[in-house]
Amino acid sequence: MQWETVIGLEVHLQLATQSKIFSGSATTFGAAANTQASAVDLAMPGMLPVLNEKAVRYAVLFGLGIGAEIGKRSVFDRKNYFYPDSPKGYQISQFSDPIVGTGNFNVQMEDGSTRNIGITRAHLEEDAGKSLHEDFHGQSGIDLNRAGTPLLEIVTEPDIRCAEEAVAYLKELHSLVTYLRISDGNMAEGSMRCDVNISLRPMGSDTLGTRAEIKNVNSFRFVEKAIRYEFNRQSDILNDGGTVVQETRLYDSDRDETRSMRSKEVANDYRYFPEPDLLPVVIDDSYIEILRKQLPELPRQKRQRFVSEYQLSAYDAAVLCSSREMADYYESVAMTCGDPKMAANWVQVELLGRLNRAELAIEASPVSPEALSGLIKRILDNSISGKIGKVVFEGIWQGEGSADDIIEARGLKQVSDSGELEAMVDAIISANTAQVEQYLAADDTKRKKLLGFFVGQIMKASKGQANPQMVNKILAQKLE
Amino acid sequence: MAIKQSEVEKIAELARIRISDDQVGEVTQRITEILSMVDQLQEADTTGIEPMANPLGATQRLRADEVTEVDNREAFQSIAPVVEDGLYLVPKVIE
Amino acid sequence: MHTKTVAQLALGLQQRDFSSIELTRLYLDRINALDDVYNAYITVDPEQALAAAAAADARLASGTADALTGIPIAHKDIFCTAGLKTSCASRMLDNFVPPYDATVIKHFNQAGAVILGKTNMDEFAMGSSNESSYYGAVKNPWDITAVPGGSSGGSAAAVAAMLAPAATGTDTGGSIRQPAAFCGVTGLKPTYGRVSRLGMIAFASSLDQAGPLARDAQDCAILLNAMAGHDKLDSTSSEQPVPDYTAELNNPLQGLRIGLPREFFGDGLAPSTAAAIDASLKELEAQGATLVEVSLPHSKLTIPTYYVIAPAEASTNLSRFDGVRYGHRCDDPKDLHDLYTRTREEGFGDEVKRRILVGTYALSAGYYDAYYKKAQQVRRLIQQDYLECFKQVDIIAGPTTPGPAFALGAKSNDPLAMYLEDVYTLAVNLAGLPGMSVPAGFVDNKPVGLQLIGQHFDEARLLNVAHRFQQATHWHTQQGAMPQGK
Repeated sequence: MQWETVIGLEVHLQLATQSKIFSGSATTFGAAANTQASAVDLAMPGMLPVLNEKAVRYAVLFGLGIGAEIGKRSVFDRKNYFYPDSPKGYQISQFSDPIVGTGNFNVQMEDGSTRNIGITRAHLEEDAGKSLHEDFHGQSGIDLNRAGTPLLEIVTEPDIRCAEEAVAYLKELHSLVTYLRISDGNMAEGSMRCDVNISLRPMGSDTLGTRAEIKNVNSFRFVEKAIRYEFNRQSDILNDGGTVVQETRLYDSDRDETRSMRSKEVANDYRYFPEPDLLPVVIDDSYIEILRKQLPELPRQKRQRFVSEYQLSAYDAAVLCSSREMADYYESVAMTCGDPKMAANWVQVELLGRLNRAELAIEASPVSPEALSGLIKRILDNSISGKIGKVVFEGIWQGEGSADDIIEARGLKQVSDSGELEAMVDAIISANTAQVEQYLAADDTKRKKLLGFFVGQIMKASKGQANPQMVNKILAQKLE
Repeated sequence: MAIKQSEVEKIAELARIRISDDQVGEVTQRITEILSMVDQLQEADTTGIEPMANPLGATQRLRADEVTEVDNREAFQSIAPVVEDGLYLVPKVIE
Repeated sequence: MHTKTVAQLALGLQQRDFSSIELTRLYLDRINALDDVYNAYITVDPEQALAAAAAADARLASGTADALTGIPIAHKDIFCTAGLKTSCASRMLDNFVPPYDATVIKHFNQAGAVILGKTNMDEFAMGSSNESSYYGAVKNPWDITAVPGGSSGGSAAAVAAMLAPAATGTDTGGSIRQPAAFCGVTGLKPTYGRVSRLGMIAFASSLDQAGPLARDAQDCAILLNAMAGHDKLDSTSSEQPVPDYTAELNNPLQGLRIGLPREFFGDGLAPSTAAAIDASLKELEAQGATLVEVSLPHSKLTIPTYYVIAPAEASTNLSRFDGVRYGHRCDDPKDLHDLYTRTREEGFGDEVKRRILVGTYALSAGYYDAYYKKAQQVRRLIQQDYLECFKQVDIIAGPTTPGPAFALGAKSNDPLAMYLEDVYTLAVNLAGLPGMSVPAGFVDNKPVGLQLIGQHFDEARLLNVAHRFQQATHWHTQQGAMPQGK
């Protein structure tokens, strides 16, 4: 039996606001336990929520970014359940009238093909606190710093058909939210968490099978692995004639398997009803239009433009557009040095490589776009070779100054004066008469190899500064 | 509308209130009485009527994104039943 | 001195006839001597009260006093008071001392008023007789075998027995008006959103409202001036500007149109109470008002509507009481489930548990549409009835309760009979309208109240009508029948 995988993803995205969604507590990561938990966050008696405008703004920006309907009248609801990390005994969320309605995600796969993933809705809600289970002699410790952080829950249609698509979607989502600057989308730090809903059905069928929900997967890699594991687990069950149990599971990365969450067996009746302490959120057209004008060029638009304007490959465009900062950096270099392809090469290979080794983001690059552009220009005008360029690059990285400063200070300027070069060539020819004789006696193929020997000698003697193209030409002439 | 004792037990569980065996019968009876009274609602014709969210039809005010709260942990935890190292302790939560 | 109104006491303080410390001490002594009988107070902190009085005296001396500076006020034990126990009359909060003040309390503190103590109430404001308190029932000062009404029974009794010149209460279904009527004092529930709910322990979020109980309408106006106003930390708080509620008290009633709903004068109303109400209405007519018969066709549905919405909202508002961060916690919980279920079994009284269960049921899967959603639809119909009436009349009047205070224990075993006590008051909360009760006579030697219902934010008019009524009648000044103690 051929099984088709049907996947829907629910991503919980922490919004990058200064204060929480319903209280004025700070949202900064890493504070000491319960030092960012106000009376509202602690659900003290008589406390009431007040809605953070920026959370609304960020949600609307997201909706506009995916071309979705914006819920002009959205409502908050209470989702009732008891758990120590949810101090009110209910979570304020949105159930029937979310702030963002249906939209679309166009996802580019690695091979360049695209998939259209439908977004069912996105809604605002508050995050829960954290439970720590070690070190408390049989008890759990509750930290409510995180309780009340604004979340945007983004739900896809079950349009995803394989692990690669899921990862491509998540990467695209990460790109979009970082471009919009509404979240840092950092899965490892928990600011972007993914629940995977996965079911199988016979290929060609259009009814949905029973799904399992894998909660809180926190990296692209683990999402991929969890999906693969689940496919195998579910297909094994179905192939044996069994039925898949609808349940919540956790992905265990140490063992690369998913496990049932026994404690959530009892079905929860959330008893959703409109939150009476908050009023309906009404957004007018002018608010939406102001935000629409604030939208930056979105990742997909920028990638397409880089391909057409700079003649880059889809792959290169994707790398250079992985963040707005990267894209802005690249464009600045490309436009000032005048050679987009060379700029692409230097940014992707030399700069990115060096940044990754130093574990720095491009925003913290010691090499500014101006400096890199200056370096590339010196290669383009033959002042230095590409090889020397790498030396100069390292010098700029170390803070020695601009490309010109370093070339000057270290005397790295390429020798391109024909007189000087001729003198060098003459010197090498006279010092290597045996090889000259070999060369003159050799055929074309052998000559090419031997020429390399002479070039090498000249490069050595000139400490790499002889212009290699010119050297080649002069040698060939003189060895006639 | 009569409510079964098993339903009362389910509801008590949702509300996390323990009702002892000797009380369940009486509680069930009381709740049945109240629900019977409440069933009168079904007489009303509410076709096309929007449920009321707020008696004044007001809409939500938005607050500027500013940090206005300071660390008040000591005051809050001085009235807490069980705290350690700044954390609220509960019987271990098994995941 | 204890028979004086807030207005009179304020004048006395400003004229330095006496000091706030003397005044506060007077009330503290009376509470000490007499409250064993009434049980109106849960907590009295003399040290804190006298310190506030001293500060008030300093302000009075320096000429920076407000209308309430130095006046001792009793607060229903539902308002969080920083450093002072706030129990909501429940075992669940028996050990709760909040580190913050409710906004209402902040307003009184800024005005320089003195917190006399925290008054008794029905547990978590759920009740109409003040018999469900963890700290024991409150007795009606007019007849200590009778209930004072609820849930603000302690506040009403304190004012009636002159153990405070005025008090605050809260009203979700009648909890200020009904005890005011039973205790012969004047009480006002403002328009929903008029007074901040921040720091006021929530019962039913879309119905709760704080308000004053005092000897007369003028005092209520003075207190409302201090209590009302927008609170940006309460999303349901109104930005409607606050007028001076004392400014129009003396406006003549000529031309006032008073609606009398026929549904309020039917079988449920005891004849002797009806007679007192009729006499009161005649008095208003004599002052130039016109009485107009109106109808509130959905009246019969107010009780079922209220008893779905209030318990539903309450059931979730009370979920935060779980023994983790404050309040009662059961001993030696064996696991998390045990912590929750046993803490809540021990912490909540029977009526609270009943309402939580009814509310949970009304919201549960399969029943939400038939109960909660339906009730919110009927609620709109009920509000529409009132808005329709207000097209032809300025205020609506009638009895506050079906009869005078009933005996202690008479209805405590019959929740449905208890709920019927609120038949005239519930709709006012459902519609978010302001409502008052003013003393209107005596039946069986116990007070009965006239209820006045206004349009949204028309408290000034209600206070005006009440004030003019009180200038011509003297029900609100009578104390003769009350046991005085030693």
